[in-house]
Amino acid sequence: MSDYFFLLIATALVNNVVLVKFLGLCPFMGVSKRIDSALGMGMATTFVIVLAASICWNIEHWLLTPLGLGYLRIITFILVIAAVVQFTEMVIHKMAPALYQTLGIYLPLIATNCAVLGLVLINNQEKHSFVTALVYDFGSAAGFTLALVMFAGMRERLALARVPEVFSGAPIGFILASLMSLAFMGFSGLNFK
Amino acid sequence: MLAAIASLTVLGAVLGLGLGVAARKFAIDGDPLADEIAALMPGSNCGQCGMAGCAIAAKAIAEGTATATVCPPGGKALAASIAAKLGISVDLDEIADNGPMMAYVKEEICIGCCKCNKVCPTDAMIGAAKQIHGVIREACTGCGLCVERCPTEAAQMQPVPITLQHWVWPKPASVTTPAST
Repeated sequence: MSDYFFLLIATALVNNVVLVKFLGLCPFMGVSKRIDSALGMGMATTFVIVLAASICWNIEHWLLTPLGLGYLRIITFILVIAAVVQFTEMVIHKMAPALYQTLGIYLPLIATNCAVLGLVLINNQEKHSFVTALVYDFGSAAGFTLALVMFAGMRERLALARVPEVFSGAPIGFILASLMSLAFMGFSGLNFK
Repeated sequence: MLAAIASLTVLGAVLGLGLGVAARKFAIDGDPLADEIAALMPGSNCGQCGMAGCAIAAKAIAEGTATATVCPPGGKALAASIAAKLGISVDLDEIADNGPMMAYVKEEICIGCCKCNKVCPTDAMIGAAKQIHGVIREACTGCGLCVERCPTEAAQMQPVPITLQHWVWPKPASVTTPAST
């Protein structure tokens, strides 16, 4: 049990998917203007990642490996991810229309979020068991949400700060992201796994 | 090979079926009034109303946050049909309606920069780089985006010209009024 806890910490903090592995930077920069939309995006991405990972693990384990179809891995996973994102979009449109409006184009763009495909492929590469894969992906997605919400909080403050004109807008955002990335590098000393 | 084709096909079919079922289960009852108004609108998403597209403008009209006269390309005809649909009365005189307009290109000052055909929402602007551009009248909706974009003011708006191919008999109502012949 403690293995899974350490795995959760390791994926959420030490190997943070955005700030250490540099996956999923598009929504990280795109949907981080406000905390509530960042939280919504993080939860939607978490839902997509965990659902896609569980489906993809089963497909990989019961279909692709027995039939020797490893070369179809990426197209199959993309198919599954696209379908899951479509499903998520329908659910959010039904359940939370306000969130649907806020997320806008970034909601269907979860399909092209490289963190989703990346995590599914890492699961396969590291030969995780089913439960490990789920914990690993949930931890990574939680790390994604954490990074997104923290970044959004700082950008909300930044909107009120007097930023030099040449840095205002996206440039100061990138500087902030790099500083956060440096800060997260500090977790690598924890060395759980 | 057969296994690969079969597995991808089955996977696609299963996912498609699942999405179809989910679409039924999570169907959104869109505002039918907004859909009807959107069907009346030009649909070229030109943005002259200040909103992101015709569907959004239609939604705003249905909710009452925008007036029925919000669409410049639609002109009086559209405002009247939206007002009839909503059962309200609009002051049609406040719309400056110069009749249907379309873009044309002043050939003598067109430099062939191709900027107009990049902004044209209906691909009505034709012409290659450094060649004089032209307008396909069947495609032009008269949104006026090319007029703003043109660096030499070669793109202009004009009332839709009547040519031999497009001349029609005047409508009986306009014949009987002596003012318009």
